[in-house]
Amino acid sequence: MVVFEKPKSLTDAELHYCPGCTHGIIHRLVAEAIDATGVEGRAVGVAPVGCAVMAYNYFACDMVEAAHGRAPAVATGLKRAMPENIIFTYQGDGDLASIGMCETVHAAARNENITVIFVNNAIYGMTGGQMAPTSLPGQVTQTSPYGRDVKVAGYPVRVSEMLAALDGPEFIARVAVNNVKNVRNAKKIIQKAFENQIEGKGFSLVEVVSSCPTNWGMTPAKALEWVEEKMIPYYPLGVYKDKSAEEAAK
Amino acid sequence: MSEKVLMKGNEAIAEAAIRAGCRHYFGYPITPQTELAAYMAKQMPKIDGVFLQAESEISAINMVYGVASAGKRVMTSSSSPGVSLKQEGISYIAGSDLPALIVNVERGGPGLGGIQPSQADYFQATKGGGHGDYHLIVLTPASVQEMADLTALAFDLADKYRMPAMLLADGTIGQMMEPVELPAESGCTVEKPWAVTGTKMAREHNIVNSLYLVPEELEKTNFERFERYKAIEENEVRYEEFMMDDAEVCVVAFGIAARVSKNAVVAARKEGIKAGLIRPITVWPFPKKAVAKAAAQVKGFVSVELSMGQMIEDVKLACDCRVPVSLCNRAGGMIPSPDEVLAAIKNMQGGNA
Repeated sequence: MVVFEKPKSLTDAELHYCPGCTHGIIHRLVAEAIDATGVEGRAVGVAPVGCAVMAYNYFACDMVEAAHGRAPAVATGLKRAMPENIIFTYQGDGDLASIGMCETVHAAARNENITVIFVNNAIYGMTGGQMAPTSLPGQVTQTSPYGRDVKVAGYPVRVSEMLAALDGPEFIARVAVNNVKNVRNAKKIIQKAFENQIEGKGFSLVEVVSSCPTNWGMTPAKALEWVEEKMIPYYPLGVYKDKSAEEAAK
Repeated sequence: MSEKVLMKGNEAIAEAAIRAGCRHYFGYPITPQTELAAYMAKQMPKIDGVFLQAESEISAINMVYGVASAGKRVMTSSSSPGVSLKQEGISYIAGSDLPALIVNVERGGPGLGGIQPSQADYFQATKGGGHGDYHLIVLTPASVQEMADLTALAFDLADKYRMPAMLLADGTIGQMMEPVELPAESGCTVEKPWAVTGTKMAREHNIVNSLYLVPEELEKTNFERFERYKAIEENEVRYEEFMMDDAEVCVVAFGIAARVSKNAVVAARKEGIKAGLIRPITVWPFPKKAVAKAAAQVKGFVSVELSMGQMIEDVKLACDCRVPVSLCNRAGGMIPSPDEVLAAIKNMQGGNA
C-alpha cells in the first residue's frame, strides 16, 4: 500500500502563502530532499527576507533568519563553523539577485559547500508586487506600471547562466514547477544539490522558475501558463554547470 | 604566563582572541586595522581555525552572524567606514541575541575621512549604531596590554549576556608597539542550548531570528533585552580613577585621549592644580555613578576627545549638569597635546569653562 505522507522535514505549521503560489511545492521538494538524503538531524536552513521569510517555521530542521540578501554569507559562516552539517539557503529573486547578488556570486566563486534554492517568480511578492531583477521586459508591476522599460530599468538578470560562467561553483541548474513533469525533474535536481554538499563537492544552486498569481494578477492556472509561455523562453531550463560530471567526461 | 612580548596593538587583539578560543575570523581589508587580519590569516590555518577574507564588510558581519548562530566564538575587525557597513548585521546579531566580537580601530570621518586615529564613532558604538533599540558592550583599550585583556573580557561578556561586544580602539593604540603579557588560554564556559547545531532528531528545531510580526511579542523581546542591559549597567561598569581623591577638576577621557590626559593631570598637579582623571574602560555601560560621585566634589569636568564632542553628552547626563562640563578636542585624525589638555584644566580651575 502506498500512503501519501507529509515529509518529516516539514513542520505542522500552516503555510501563509497565497492560494496557487508555488512556494508550497518547492518547500515540499526541499523537505523531500532532506528526508531522502537522511540529513534531517544535521540540516540547518537559512531563510531570506521576502515571501519565504517565515520558512523557519515550516522546515523542521534548525533554522536561521538572515537579513535581506545575506543568506549565502550567513550560510558560509554556518558551514565554516560546522563542516559536518548540511547548510541550505532558500531565497527569492529580489533577495538573491538584487540586494544579495554580491553574496551570491562570491559564495559561488569560493565554491562554498552549501546548497542554494533560488525561487525566481519575477516579482517582489511580500511587499506587494514590485519590479524584480528578474522581471521580464515589458512586465507590468507596481513599480513598472507601464511595463518594464529596458531603456530605463535595464534588463533582467539570468542568474544561472551568469554563475555558470564562474570557475568556482560545482552545480548550477534551472528547473520549473509549473507542471507534473517539471516538478518531478525539479525534485531530482534539488536532491542532487543536497547530495553534492553531502559528498563535499561544493556550491550547488537550483533556480526554480515559479509563479506569483497574486501579484501577476492572474488565476493560478493562468499563472502557470504564463510560466510556460513567457518565463521559460527567457529562462531556459537545464543544467548549466555540473563540474564533477564535466570532469568525469574528460 | 608572565613573559612579556613586544607587539603591535592590532596583533595583540588577534593573539588574545585566539587564546580566548576564537577560531573563526572574517574581515575585509581596511587601514588602520590591517595587522589584525594579517595575523589571523597567518595563524588560523596553523590551529585548524578559519580565516576568511569576505567580499565586503556586509558579508563579513553576516558570516559572523552564521558562526555565532552555531554557538562558536567569532570575531570581525574593521575601521570606521567599514564598521558603518557592518551596522545592519550588528543590529541583526543584537536582535537575535547572539554573542560576537566586533573590533573597530577607529579613524577620522565622516565619509571616507582619513586614516589617522579618531574617537568619532563613539555615538555609533554606544547609542546603537544600527536600527532598533539595542546596545553593545563597548570596551575601550588605552594600551596594548588592554587590547589583549579587553579582547578576552569582551568574549566572556558577550557569551555571558548573549549579545555582541565591541572593542572600540583607535589607530594609535592599534599601531603602537608595547610590551604585553598575553592572557592565558581560555574559552567559552557558557552552555548554548539555543545554537543551531542540527536537531540530531533529539529536540525541537532551534530558530535564530529577530522577526516578530506581532507587536506585543516584539515589544516583549525589547523589554526583556533591556532588563538584561540593566543588569550589565549594574555589574559590568569598568573605569580607572587617577588622582581623583582630592580633585577639583575632573578630566574624563578614554583610549589614547586618556593617556594624553594623564600626562596633563600630572603636569597640572605640578603647578598646584588639583586635577584628576576618570578613564571609562566601558563606555557602554558608561561609568555614570563615578561621574555623578565626582560631580559632588569638583568644580567641573573636562571631556577630552578625538571627536567634535560625543562622550561629553554622557558626562553631562551623568553629572546632571550640576557643574560645568567643557570640551577639549581635536578631530580628523589629530590628537590633543598634553599642553592643550592642561590649558583646558586651567580654564576650568579658573572658572572660565
